[in-house]
Amino acid sequence: MEDSIYREQIIDLYENPLNFGRLDPADFIYEEDNPLCGDVIEISVRLDEQNRVEDVNWQGHGCAISQASASLLTEEIKGKTLDEVKAFSKEQLLDLLGIQLSMTRVKCALLSLKVLKAGAYGMPDPDELRKAL
Amino acid sequence: MLNLTSIQKDFPILEVEAHPGVPLVYLDNAATSQKPVQVIEAMDVYYREYNANVHRGIHRLSEEATEAYESARERIARFINAPDPATVIFTRNTTEAINLVAWSWGRTNLKPGDEILLTEMEHHSNIVPWQLLAEEKGVKVRYIPFLDNGILDLTNLSDLLTERTKIFAFTAMSNVFGTINPTKKLVAAARAVGAITVVDAAQSVPHLPVDVQDLDCDFLAFSGHKMCGPTGIGILYGKRALLEKMPPFLSGGDMIRRVTLEGSSWNDLPWKFEAGTPSIAEGIGLGAAVDYLSTVGMDAIHAHEQFITDYALEALSEVKDMQFLGPPVAQRGGVVSFNLTGLHPHDISQVLDQDGIAIRAGHHCAMPLHQRLCILASARASFYLYTRPEDIDRLVTSLHRVRKVFRL
Repeated sequence: MEDSIYREQIIDLYENPLNFGRLDPADFIYEEDNPLCGDVIEISVRLDEQNRVEDVNWQGHGCAISQASASLLTEEIKGKTLDEVKAFSKEQLLDLLGIQLSMTRVKCALLSLKVLKAGAYGMPDPDELRKAL
Repeated sequence: MLNLTSIQKDFPILEVEAHPGVPLVYLDNAATSQKPVQVIEAMDVYYREYNANVHRGIHRLSEEATEAYESARERIARFINAPDPATVIFTRNTTEAINLVAWSWGRTNLKPGDEILLTEMEHHSNIVPWQLLAEEKGVKVRYIPFLDNGILDLTNLSDLLTERTKIFAFTAMSNVFGTINPTKKLVAAARAVGAITVVDAAQSVPHLPVDVQDLDCDFLAFSGHKMCGPTGIGILYGKRALLEKMPPFLSGGDMIRRVTLEGSSWNDLPWKFEAGTPSIAEGIGLGAAVDYLSTVGMDAIHAHEQFITDYALEALSEVKDMQFLGPPVAQRGGVVSFNLTGLHPHDISQVLDQDGIAIRAGHHCAMPLHQRLCILASARASFYLYTRPEDIDRLVTSLHRVRKVFRL
């Protein structure tokens, strides 16, 4: 069978992640885990004067899907405004990954987005975050 | 020796392809087992030919359903050598059975200063109900640690199991390590300090001969779906003297003797603990499952699993960077948990799935166990009476491919 989920780019990003580390100083830093699989992702973001993402870093550990997704997401949001970051959708991230995922693996793929949005919204209450996602 | 060819034929799902052209290798039996045609048919016949509610109707169908349901209870009682079918209570699963004891016995008998003793290798279902009870009653929960090889460290047992211990709850067989714990010895130690014992037998009853009178445990809980039976049915065995004194757990129909507007009195055992219309087809299905397992023979099943586990440990050790969890084969049942250095178990499981191989990846509802080992998760292959050496060979071949996919 073809390894459709683990296409070349996913494995490349798993081996050599992009934007890996923690920004210091940063305008916001947020971390969350997926207790089901033990994936942990922390995202740190620095904004410029127009509230655009000047730089973004991530660090953590977990499966290839969650790690590759964090690299792709952080790469994609550079230069976007905070509002654009808040509006970034699940579908946009899944399109970036470009692979068919089962229901359980979608959670791995979306962990980085959940972390990013929680940070962007200033760690709001869970209900607000659920609506935003 | 088991006749694997004939056993394979009893399980229709083993003929199903995991993906088009890729035959299934099912190695996730510690999560749930597959069902033989004998069980599927017993439930089918109930629905097609005598579906009715039990313990009520004065008509042919209801009487037949009641007889089948209660006969299943008698056969399940014999399967674990319970002295009396009235001590065998139908629950939804192991989790509900443990909650029943915590809620009913625990709430009635615990007082501040008491202690509950567990082990660090428990499934969440044998931790969380006790934590909730402890919080409510102001009692302390303590844990027996395990050694790096997945065997309980009993060197300080006398410091942990004391006169203050009122409940000692532990697993008869670890769902991650596969360790078969010395249940009889632990029960005797608890008895000596006056603690009651709750044995989580979810992994042992499906795979080993279990005799509750020989173990002398106070309570023992297991699930139907891990032993060739359906989901939605489990068993709590309890000593009659304890069950008699316990208040009901859930309440409503079937568990009462008499109801007035001022109050109610309770039905006899076991029905005192079985409120509402029970899982009738599932009870009948579990009865058919214990008949099936008894016909094959629990000693033969255990011996076969020892053979397969030994074979698996040997074959898997060929895979580079393999790290096994758990004890040597003599002390374990048919479970092999492992990690491959540098890979997340989810990624391992995903690639194996492409080759039609079903294993479990994650923390297997045992987060404290993984925390103690300082690992995030593990991959687990678990076996049953239908597992063949060639299934293990396919697992090994596919694991080599996993390493290739990840350029290791």
